[in-house]
Amino acid sequence: MGFPSPARDYLEERIDLNKLLIKNPLSTFYFWCQGNSMVNAYIPDKTLLVVDRSIEAQNGDIVVAAVNGEFIVRYLKKKERKCWLVPANNKYKDIEITAEMKAEIWGVVTSIISNPKEIKNVRFS
Amino acid sequence: MYALVDCNNFYCSCERLFAPKLENHPVVVLSNNDGCAIARSEEAKALGIQMGTPEYMIRDTLQAHNVKVFSSNYTLYGDISDRVMRTLETFVSKMELYSIDEAFLDMNEMIYQDLLQLGIDIRRTIKKNIGIPVTVGIANTKTLSKMANRYAKKIHKDVGVYWAANKDLTDRMLEFTEVADIWGIGAQYAKLLTNNGFKTAKDFVQASDDWVRQHMSVVGLRLLHELRGQPSIEWEYEAPPKKNICTSRSFGTLITDKKTLEQAVANYTASCALKLRNQKSCTREIQVFLKTNQFRVQDKQYSAGRTVKLPVATNSTPELIKYALKGLNLIYRPGYNYQKCGVIVMDIIPQEQIQYSLFDNEDRKKQKTVSKTLDKINIAFGKDLVRYAKQGYEKRYKLRAEYLSKRYTTNIDELPLIKI
Repeated sequence: MGFPSPARDYLEERIDLNKLLIKNPLSTFYFWCQGNSMVNAYIPDKTLLVVDRSIEAQNGDIVVAAVNGEFIVRYLKKKERKCWLVPANNKYKDIEITAEMKAEIWGVVTSIISNPKEIKNVRFS
Repeated sequence: MYALVDCNNFYCSCERLFAPKLENHPVVVLSNNDGCAIARSEEAKALGIQMGTPEYMIRDTLQAHNVKVFSSNYTLYGDISDRVMRTLETFVSKMELYSIDEAFLDMNEMIYQDLLQLGIDIRRTIKKNIGIPVTVGIANTKTLSKMANRYAKKIHKDVGVYWAANKDLTDRMLEFTEVADIWGIGAQYAKLLTNNGFKTAKDFVQASDDWVRQHMSVVGLRLLHELRGQPSIEWEYEAPPKKNICTSRSFGTLITDKKTLEQAVANYTASCALKLRNQKSCTREIQVFLKTNQFRVQDKQYSAGRTVKLPVATNSTPELIKYALKGLNLIYRPGYNYQKCGVIVMDIIPQEQIQYSLFDNEDRKKQKTVSKTLDKINIAFGKDLVRYAKQGYEKRYKLRAEYLSKRYTTNIDELPLIKI
């Protein structure tokens, strides 16, 4: 046995990212996403999204939606009783959610986990 | 008051959660080894697909209506079930898990006066937070809450909640429910009751205690009281330890050689041993059985089982494997096409009650440490990562699961992928 560590009485738990990133573990799910339609929202290719279903989606939130049977990630924009799914890349079009469409908000994106290497060549507009 | 919360077509709903395309599309989930239909979406039920029908008998219907078929993905269903149950726990202080998709909630301490509203809140929360539709039945006893749940599904589908709040509302569902559909009444008793003029549950509650005790024993009497609104069934907050544990499976392909059978038996034994350790018990008896496929008329038929008594009760994987393989060795005959084998551990006792033998020459302390470490590693790094050599790495005896979906919530490489 050597000397007792002087730091012993000052030990704290290491940082746990789960605590920071996950508020509601029971309603939190994860998605991988691929593509660049949300690149200006800091969602480059190969991003891991943390999605919480329990949160009520607000105007301006990034959401996972199911539109006509397909998952999609977009900004939710509400204006004058109309609802839009808006990309963060001007090469893509806005989608207006209409009554005849099968569309639902699946969950709200609460964290974006990406590799900086995937963002480095992106020019934000 | 008690509530029975039940997930609608649970396995199908889990699959749909990650496949929004399948909303309003018929979905069927098959049992282990893709044998029979064990879950059906409403659309699949409407096609006349019955619970438990073997897949080959409905294959034409499945194809003709483009039914989406899944192998059972218990990793996914287990995780979603856990999320549902833990969310339910936030509503009440006492709850009993009844099955993977059902739970009884004790509402006697509820400050809510309007339990219908509470039921609606529960239903909305589970649908919103986890994405699974549930139905809620609320009534004076467990049996009645089960009935209220069924009634809600049949009559109040849109609300998805039924509260038998008073006599009138209780009578309505009693009248609606035929005796065969009462929870706890089997085919035999249903026949007895109908033959004696009891057609619905409403008729049955008017039966005399004496008649019921005489014809349906004390169990029937308890049921009668439950239907009359007097709680008579024990409340089990924690599942009682299992009396025996069986792991058996049909093989994906027919097996003839002993080595593969040994691997299967070793794996099933390891699975039983783990379950024993999880419930803190030990076994004094292990049974091994194997059989050929009786439907293959061209094959020679054979089936056998052998029970091996253990000198000292144990839950150690290597020790149990040793005895299970002894049993297999006694019943194995070469030259047959085996379709199924299994392991059952019986005579289970709590691990504190082990009686040691004078002639015991196992190092039990060491075994215990090894098992503990093994379980820890496997929990941390994946099921069966560390295993005994006898378990092998061959997959040939493994289940057939042709239509398996991904482990969307538990495996980082299998998360749903969105092309954006």
